[in-house]
Amino acid sequence: MPTFVYMTRCDGCGQCVDICPSDIMHIDKTLRRAYNIEPNMCWECYSCVKACPHHAIDVRGYADFAPLGHSVRVHRDEEKGTIAWRIKFRNGKKDFDLLAPITTKPWGTCIPQLANEAAPADSMRDTQLLYNEPKYVAMNDNALMTLESNGLEIKEGVYY
Amino acid sequence: MGYKTIIEDDIDILVAGAGLGGTGAAFEARYWGKNKKIVIAEKANIDRSGAVAQGLYAINCYMGTRFGENNPEDHVRYARIDLMGMVREDLAFDMARHVDSAVHQFEEWGLPIMRNEKTGAYLREGRWQIMIHGESYKPIVAEAAKNSADKVFNRVCVTHLLMDESKENRVAGAVGFNVRTGNYHVFKSKTVICGAGGASNIFKPRSVGEGAGRVWYAPWSSGSAYGLMIEAGAKMTQMENRIVLARFKDGYGPVGAYFLHLKTYTQNAYGEEYESKWFPALQEMVGKEYLDPEASHATHRPIPTCLRNHAIINEVNAGRGPIHMVTMEAFQDPHLEEIGWHNFLGMTVGQAVLWAATDVDPKYENPELTTSEPYVMGSHATGCGAWCSGPEDVSPDEYFWGYNRMTTIEGLFGAGDAVGGTPHAFSSGSFTEGRLAAKAACKYIDDGKANGIIVTDAQISRRKEEIYKPLETYTVGRNEIVAGSVNPNYINPRQGLDRLQKLMDEYCGGFGVNYMTNDKLLSIGLKKMAILGEDLEKVAASDIHELLRAWELKHRFLTSEAVFQHTMFRKETRWPGYYYRGDAMKVDDENWHVLTVSRRDPKTGEYTMEKAPLYHLVGDIEDKDLAKLKAEGHH
Ligand SMILES: Cc1cc2nc3c(=O)[nH]c(=O)nc-3n(C[C@H](O)[C@H](O)[C@H](O)COP(=O)(O)OP(=O)(O)OC[C@H]3O[C@@H](n4cnc5c(N)ncnc54)[C@H](O)[C@@H]3O)c2cc1C
Ligand code: SF4
Ligand code: SF4
Repeated sequence: MPTFVYMTRCDGCGQCVDICPSDIMHIDKTLRRAYNIEPNMCWECYSCVKACPHHAIDVRGYADFAPLGHSVRVHRDEEKGTIAWRIKFRNGKKDFDLLAPITTKPWGTCIPQLANEAAPADSMRDTQLLYNEPKYVAMNDNALMTLESNGLEIKEGVYY
Repeated sequence: MGYKTIIEDDIDILVAGAGLGGTGAAFEARYWGKNKKIVIAEKANIDRSGAVAQGLYAINCYMGTRFGENNPEDHVRYARIDLMGMVREDLAFDMARHVDSAVHQFEEWGLPIMRNEKTGAYLREGRWQIMIHGESYKPIVAEAAKNSADKVFNRVCVTHLLMDESKENRVAGAVGFNVRTGNYHVFKSKTVICGAGGASNIFKPRSVGEGAGRVWYAPWSSGSAYGLMIEAGAKMTQMENRIVLARFKDGYGPVGAYFLHLKTYTQNAYGEEYESKWFPALQEMVGKEYLDPEASHATHRPIPTCLRNHAIINEVNAGRGPIHMVTMEAFQDPHLEEIGWHNFLGMTVGQAVLWAATDVDPKYENPELTTSEPYVMGSHATGCGAWCSGPEDVSPDEYFWGYNRMTTIEGLFGAGDAVGGTPHAFSSGSFTEGRLAAKAACKYIDDGKANGIIVTDAQISRRKEEIYKPLETYTVGRNEIVAGSVNPNYINPRQGLDRLQKLMDEYCGGFGVNYMTNDKLLSIGLKKMAILGEDLEKVAASDIHELLRAWELKHRFLTSEAVFQHTMFRKETRWPGYYYRGDAMKVDDENWHVLTVSRRDPKTGEYTMEKAPLYHLVGDIEDKDLAKLKAEGHH
């Protein structure tokens, strides 16, 4: 569903412009506020909606099949590691909140800097193992599977 | 035109397109290439780019070997039956044996994976899928890539690969332009890992007007992985194998968790089960080895996804549509109801918006399903992409030329949608393939295979001229008319896209013709494609944003042409439900139990097609199922 921007809330900070994967949030040169320049290339992925610090972006269901009068709002909180949704039906019968975690760890701390890891031995390069393997394949010391280790062999027979 | 040329030199590994495949590649490359220069060129912002930009609610490929659930060869069997035989089993096995290690890392990085409280294993949606709270899946893997890369160029659309001028058929980097500044970017690199993703929007979508962006695969999936590789002369495989998805109507909301976890089921407009009705005739068409509901029931062997589509398409054509998903039972359980909604919010928000807008509450009303327009991609339940080398310890000779996931162009590797013949990799498998490609690329460099690369200034400036030509065309043609978008000298990217989609739909088996085509339609279509190709030389861009759309269109065009060529070549209906060749309705295992491979000559644009052998690496039936079948007297 295409996005639109509330004039009074937007301050033209450009965060939505920076994030939109479709390159369609642009700053209007006269008004200095953001808007969606190509609604028919919008996926309603909500990336811009989540990124806007002022909750200035909203979504209106596609004109070709969605009637007016509904709303699906979102608040993504990186610090708390949660995302909150509020869905309101057009007929007013349903109005509910849903909450989900987005991460279980503090941002930016738990992903290894591979540059700091010990370099792999040269012999490792000729194996089929990736970083962390075989330990991480099964989270113990099991070896990586090969056709042989799984008791398989290439089946004879080529089909043309 | 005053745009600067920015050259990034001495790159070892260039990751072109950093979705799930590209982020996996950049991450792993740092481990095997400590002192190597790793650079990412991404047309959007790596934090939210690619098919996982919205997030996902499930990881669709996880073996669970650690929990004694499945082994890699089980997954190979599954992918093989789902694709009616046509799978590169070496690549599929290789991905499957590594994929769990990627998923375990995701969990350590903070991705919330749900657990089955009874068993302690991950909560399964189905045999291969596990459930996650994946709203931040992409930002998390992006962080891993950013930690590893020397430089990330966001908003650089890669348009062409650079080719070595000292050795034929060897890659030398890539070029593109910055979508914000307009600057010309040259990346001179020893290897390129192409992760630029599959193709939406090459067939006419069901949505119209303002809604045209509401497609199933993201509208920014421009088939660039294919466009870049095809243009450079890489061999491609299985490009005829487009996918049609059964999804919730209009919003394209996913059905996986509904079927598998919520245990919902479908019925026709009159509340009847319809699927089994279509299977006897279909069995005649595809043969018992691909459709045997009895055996499937006994062994839990799934019925291929395309054949289930076939039943939906036929039931609707028989006038008993729409097909409904029966949600009213499952949704009485508040926990399952919540999961149903979260499933959309985590990956297809549009479906939630649609139901809120149209007052469809699945607790009290069974929503409609429909079949989508076709898509071309290599990581979901379909296997389009480049013909790549497999791993040394598994691949037969025809599938092995030294470096895992290397295409037929030296130094050019693929990951995710880019790799052909590896369906059912999905997000985790794409990331894993990126890791495999990165390790092999490092080895390729260390083996000295990238020595002595030459790229002349002539190649660099020729590409520059080509890239900005749409802006030039616009400037020259614009002032001949008063105003508006109708011009006798050019078409704009949207007009070109509309024409491509109409052509693909009508001649190559889109939804508008019930996914049906034949040799005559295909040859007319190819003729029209050739003329569209000529007109695309005259596509005009009024600004840099339209220049992006122009190059996306050109990549989509190259992808589409390959789809046409492959569909013409495979003279059978291998995947009824995805498309039909009216002139060759039956599955023809005698002649077509093979993989199709194409190459477009970069100089002439001519296609050559060939058949490649299909090796089955693992037996048909799992041991325990075989024993069971025997006990029941089936075999
Ligand atoms: C609606 C939907 C639901 C899905 N559900 C699931 C699911 O539940 N579970 C699951 O595991 N998988 C799911 N998938 C599949 C999964 O998302 C894909 O398999 C996976 O993302 C493919 O990875 P990729 O790297 O090949 O492509 P992508 O992740 O799409 O990455 C391609 C990247 O290349 C960039 N790019 C494109 N063109 C260029 C260019 N010219 N220059 C530079 N950069 C470029 C793009 O911006 C993007 O970042 C789903 C996909 C969709 C769309
Ligand atoms: S919803 Fe997504 S595609 Fe649409 S404008 Fe926002 S970021 Fe862009
Ligand atoms: S992020 Fe919000 S405030 Fe900033 S430009 Fe976009 S709409 Fe305006």
